[in-house]
Amino acid sequence: MVASGIIALLKQPQRKLASTLAIGSLGFSLLLSFIAFAHVLRGWAHGSVVRETVSFTWLQFGHSAVDLGWVLDPLAAVMLVMVSFVGLLIFIYSVGYMAHDENFTRFFCFLSLFAGAMLGVVISNSLLLLFMCWEIVGLTSYLLIGFWYQKPAAAAAAKKAFITTRFGDIFFFLGIVWLFSQTGTLLFYNHGIGSLEPLSLAVLVTQHAGLGLSAAGAIGLLIFAGAVGKSGQLPLHVWLPDAMEGPTPVSALIHAATMVAAGVFLVARVYPLMAAGAPIMSIGAQPGGTSVALTVVTWVGAATAVFAALIAVAQNDIKRILAYSTVSQLGYMMAGLGLGGVAVGMFHLITHAFFKALLFLGAGSVIHGCHEEQDIRRMGGLKVDMPLTFITYAIGMLALCGFPIFFSGFWSKDGILEAAQHSSVIKGPFYLLVFGALLTAFYMTRQVCYVFLGYWRGPKPAYESPMVMTLPLVILAFFAMALGLIGTPAWPWFHAFLEGRAAEFSVHSLIEPGFLLLMATSSLVVFLGLGFGWRLYGEKSPKPEQPDALEKSVPWLWAPLRDRLYVDEFYGVTVIAFYAWWGRVADWIDRRVWGGIVALVAWIFALWAQLNRLLDINWVDGGFDKTCEELSEGGGLLASLQSGRVQNYLRILAVAVVALAVILFWSSRP
Amino acid sequence: MNAVFYILAALTLAGGLATVLLKQLVHCALAVTVAFAGLALLFLQLDAQFAGFAQILVYIGAVAILIVFAILLTRGSELPKDGVFSKTWFLGLVIAAAVFAVLGWAVLASVSAVPQQNAVPSVTVRDIGIALVGRYVLPLEIVALLLTAATIGAVIVAMHEKERPR
Amino acid sequence: MTTPLAGYLLVAALLFAIGLGGALVRRNAILVLIGIELMLNAANLNLIAFWRFGPHPEALTGMMFAIFSIAVAAAEAAVGLGLVIAIYRHTNTAELDKIDRMKG
Repeated sequence: MVASGIIALLKQPQRKLASTLAIGSLGFSLLLSFIAFAHVLRGWAHGSVVRETVSFTWLQFGHSAVDLGWVLDPLAAVMLVMVSFVGLLIFIYSVGYMAHDENFTRFFCFLSLFAGAMLGVVISNSLLLLFMCWEIVGLTSYLLIGFWYQKPAAAAAAKKAFITTRFGDIFFFLGIVWLFSQTGTLLFYNHGIGSLEPLSLAVLVTQHAGLGLSAAGAIGLLIFAGAVGKSGQLPLHVWLPDAMEGPTPVSALIHAATMVAAGVFLVARVYPLMAAGAPIMSIGAQPGGTSVALTVVTWVGAATAVFAALIAVAQNDIKRILAYSTVSQLGYMMAGLGLGGVAVGMFHLITHAFFKALLFLGAGSVIHGCHEEQDIRRMGGLKVDMPLTFITYAIGMLALCGFPIFFSGFWSKDGILEAAQHSSVIKGPFYLLVFGALLTAFYMTRQVCYVFLGYWRGPKPAYESPMVMTLPLVILAFFAMALGLIGTPAWPWFHAFLEGRAAEFSVHSLIEPGFLLLMATSSLVVFLGLGFGWRLYGEKSPKPEQPDALEKSVPWLWAPLRDRLYVDEFYGVTVIAFYAWWGRVADWIDRRVWGGIVALVAWIFALWAQLNRLLDINWVDGGFDKTCEELSEGGGLLASLQSGRVQNYLRILAVAVVALAVILFWSSRP
Repeated sequence: MNAVFYILAALTLAGGLATVLLKQLVHCALAVTVAFAGLALLFLQLDAQFAGFAQILVYIGAVAILIVFAILLTRGSELPKDGVFSKTWFLGLVIAAAVFAVLGWAVLASVSAVPQQNAVPSVTVRDIGIALVGRYVLPLEIVALLLTAATIGAVIVAMHEKERPR
Repeated sequence: MTTPLAGYLLVAALLFAIGLGGALVRRNAILVLIGIELMLNAANLNLIAFWRFGPHPEALTGMMFAIFSIAVAAAEAAVGLGLVIAIYRHTNTAELDKIDRMKG
């Protein structure tokens, strides 16, 4: 944050300084997060759950106080490392990508601010501090999406993002207020009296909030509404695809790896709150309960996953496909949280951060190399022209699809599927998620075929990107593959770390029949998707004017999918039209009613002023003048005594003496 | 009551009346001199010899002369056109009569209360001199100062104004 | 006129009244001054009369008072007449009716 402040004051040409500052400070943050991680790791190795907090009082009114603070526990530590690491790679990437842009310094200023706020969200111990950083994150995303503000589409997209997420934040804030009023504290963990600790939860669970919900459940749902906006779940997903108007590093950082993950993180953070609720049926050995709140989360996530995947199938902009993919994967994460608990959802979050960032940066590299072209129908054959990009992109794509064994996506997605399968109450999500996996494989294959295979269809030849851009790609690719290792059932290190358990390595759990069957099923689904894609798109490279292969087969399905299932149009007709009408009404009221009142008051005052003036002239002035005249006359009278004639004076003297003498004598008589 | 007293009183009062009533200023000045003389004789009759002679010396010898000089310098010999008495002379007369009435009444009403002493006081000039420089030395000096100031003041007031440069 | 003192006092009073009347009635400034001199003389007569017939004439109080009064009256007459002369020089008249520059 300090870096962003300093950069804000720098002038445009000082690019090197700006970027060094930004990268330097984020690198420093990374170092710190490694230290924190190590600390937590050490604590975990000794068998205890590390949860250290630092709090201070920020506001005090009457008897209640609002505290802010920071917490360091496994969840925070993991997120810290992920955010700083991926962020640092993207910062380095941006130096190359934005090299031609003249607003270089401004870019890094916003980037630094974003990184600071995101880290703030992660380590916050107070719901209020989290909300404040949350809002800063929203602000910086607005600034970054609309970075090229001269483009009207970019400005509109930034506005849309901000307003949509704001809408979710209203409910979030309501949840915060409700929580504060019920428990008196907004700190998460506060030595036993925090809002996420058993004492407060017990209080919340027993209070009813209508519709069969307890207060805990209702608050949880309100907070989830905030996450819905920020993470682009149905129905507030509409801003995410339009947000691709921003520069590609922005898309990578914000809309793939970190900001949208903030919503998932939020749900993970307040998980105890959401899980504490009247369960629909008694909890078995599942770590995640089946409270009402969590059920809602699961369904929303699953629905989003499928909905977005469907739309992604029919898009032609390289970034837009990835955007819808992000929405879909976020749905997976939410479903994972709802079904399997914090560890399952967070694992997918971490793996997704890496391979989605990789994919976005790779897309950026492609766009850069194709002279800012973004339509996949005008690309092709880049496997030859941009080999490094191709390889890393392919790794990312396979990870996303969940290609078995070697790619992290496989393990994380399977974790979610497993949790879905084992959920005793709700069956629907499992099937939805499986269908979603099929679609994911399909549309990614389509995209790769269009972009990298076949032959080049663009106007000018393409070229590979500079080292400063491809190096991060390589690093991310490595992690996309390696991270899978820490989450397999054979060695569930990640899950154990988050939950404070010991992790054991056993191949046995891998070979457990149920799990083996699941692995086989998901692998089959992936291969199916890949096969479909290959069949339809393969090495053919249709010209841009020609219709898409799928479009030829099922045109009735193609059109709605391409038009994003008309969600935006729906909003336009209802919400936006309403607001336009409301705006007109308010304007009329303002002008006629309030304006009229103001004019009336003004008229009254003018009248009053006139009255005063009349009073003043006639009474006050008249009275005053009259008095002055009288005084003058009196003075004149008195002055006439001073005739200037000595003899008169003498006469008066003599008379006075006589009078005095008479009075004296008279009074002295007995 | 002495017959001398009545004569002297009549003389004095006549002189006074004449002063006030005569038209010509010079005549008034002479009449007032007569009044002064009558008063001096009354002082003598009251065994205040020193006061009587002082009266003659000062009043008749200086003040009357002074008055004549003033009449000379202000051309008092010319009679004014509108008459010598002011337009409201009656009011003045009334006031004077009122004053006399009050004074007379005061005198007569308090006659019985005033102590009488008929012995003739033996006052020599030596006694007066001793009293002047003994008991009354302060008034003496102050009066001396006063006379000096008055003289200087009168000279300055009546001096011809020098031509001031404009 | 039961006592000689009363007689003298009455004479003095009458003289005083005459002097006052002159000062009030006549128009010429010099005559006003003359009237004032007459009044002063009447007061002197009063003083001497009281000295003569009052207690302790050997204290010479009345006499002293009268003598000083004569001296002061003389000085005052000088100054007053000087003033009249000065005014005559300025306004060319000695009549009081016409001298009202102090009119307020």
